[in-house]
Amino acid sequence: MSSPVTVTTDPPGTSAKRKPSKLSINEAIWGYVFILPVVLGLGLFYMAPSAASLFLSFTAWDGLTSPRFIGIDNFVNLMQDDKFTGSLLNTLLYTVGTVPLSVALATVLAVLLNQKIKGMVFYRTLYFIPVITMPIAVGMVWKWLYNSEFGLINYVLGAMNLPQPNWLFDEKFALFSIVLVSVWSSIGYNAVILLSGLQGISGSYYEAASLDGAGTLYKFFRITLPLLTPSLFFVLVMSFINSFQVFDLIFIMMDQQATMLESTRTVVYSIWEDGFKYFNMGYASAQAFILFIVILVITMVQMYIQKRWVHYQ
Amino acid sequence: MKTTTRTDKTSRLAAHLLLAVGALVMIMPFLWMLSTSVKSFADSMSVPPKWLPTEWRFDNYARVIDSIDFGTYYLNTVIVTLGRTAGQLVLCSLAAYAFASLRFPFKNTIFLALLAVLMVPSQVVMIPSFVIMREFEWLDTFYVLIVPGIFSAFGTFLLRQFFMTLPKDLEEAAKIDGCSYFRIYWNIYLPLSKAALVSLAIFTILASWNDLLWPLIMTSSEEMRVLSIGISSFQGQHSTDYPLLMAGAVMATLPIIILFIFLQRYFIEGIAMNGIKG
Repeated sequence: MSSPVTVTTDPPGTSAKRKPSKLSINEAIWGYVFILPVVLGLGLFYMAPSAASLFLSFTAWDGLTSPRFIGIDNFVNLMQDDKFTGSLLNTLLYTVGTVPLSVALATVLAVLLNQKIKGMVFYRTLYFIPVITMPIAVGMVWKWLYNSEFGLINYVLGAMNLPQPNWLFDEKFALFSIVLVSVWSSIGYNAVILLSGLQGISGSYYEAASLDGAGTLYKFFRITLPLLTPSLFFVLVMSFINSFQVFDLIFIMMDQQATMLESTRTVVYSIWEDGFKYFNMGYASAQAFILFIVILVITMVQMYIQKRWVHYQ
Repeated sequence: MKTTTRTDKTSRLAAHLLLAVGALVMIMPFLWMLSTSVKSFADSMSVPPKWLPTEWRFDNYARVIDSIDFGTYYLNTVIVTLGRTAGQLVLCSLAAYAFASLRFPFKNTIFLALLAVLMVPSQVVMIPSFVIMREFEWLDTFYVLIVPGIFSAFGTFLLRQFFMTLPKDLEEAAKIDGCSYFRIYWNIYLPLSKAALVSLAIFTILASWNDLLWPLIMTSSEEMRVLSIGISSFQGQHSTDYPLLMAGAVMATLPIIILFIFLQRYFIEGIAMNGIKG
């Protein structure tokens, strides 16, 4: 294990110490050389633009002429802009719809996969394939599945005498349709993390509980779930962050249907629209900044309340 | 004891049943994509839907390749993916080695600053990046698609965490033998870290292959299109010709699915490693 930064300020003079001191300078130089490309690259392509973005959000800018400083006007206007507040609400609804459903199903899946059953790798592979599939292709396939006349989903619903909604073209269902696709494509990822959490739980807890005559449900709620909370916490934090940044599915499934955008436009979609379709770059930057703050606050709130429910062993 | 084994058996059977039903739901969209991709247009519009085509139209694939410049999109995507992946592996592992093993002033401060990058959503960076790329005159070139993607805070963090777990005695011995730091990195750290490097490679391949928003903003010409953009504009042109669209989707996703099936151990380990340490 590397010791935490031992500062190498050897007293000069003593000939015995001189050699290691020389070595340390050499070491420091090589250290800087090795990190230089990554530090420069991240500085130029991530840190500087982040700072610039904050500045731009206080300007009106078309991306060509020089930006005009307008104070907090962008933020004031955004709060009164139904398109933006709507997109914020849609993103929130999407997240609230996707995250709990995906994490709950992933927990069930992880518990099932953890039963040392035959074919575990096979099942895991099948459940994981949606995770790695190009979102654009996923969107295209689901658009076809949701097709109201020739789609597979409505055919199956019809065969079971269930109502057949016009999924993507009905404002009551459009966002929900996207939520279902997101759940489908994120279960595998969440389940893999939860499964590795489950595998870290020592079998002795279960043996002790069995000796006391505990049932399956008791074991699940009193042993599995509490000991899984660190993994659940990680999965929740990541899922929230990812959900707030959803774009691809909206882009591919909704783009041609301006009418339904009203009920499905997300914040990132709105940033893209304002920034790169209408070239209101200051306005778009302000939206990106608000998105950052929202994600930051939600993550911090989660960090804060984790003490109440996450059990670290 | 007998009762426990019996309940074990029933619960395993129930687990199998649930898993199988779930797996069918998970895989159904892919089967439907494959089946539609070899149907005739009329077959795809039949009510009730046909599970298998009445005539097998494998030429749908050829028609996709003819009707759009699929070869260019493919080649572009492969070049971008390889470029970003190779770049990240080299640069992130070098920096990760320095952060994990070398001593230099302000190491922890610099490392924390890099981690802060992970907190900022990429959309925040997008608009100023567009302007920077325009100033560089990189818009609509391979530079814009590859170069910013080779610097990764995530990759540096992932590899640094892995390097921290490696035993130090080999390194100490090498130092006593007078090995240079680069030799230690190259001959000791890299060979011991194959699993972590493969995991990072897979994450990067996946992210580059499936990337949409960045190339959408930064490129505009037909020659610079990548697959994700190619097939989304393809959808715009053939919005109802689902057999063609599905054939395109199959071709766009197949390489990654095959890669996953062969390397899935590394995918899963990488994600699990990340989940525990993140």
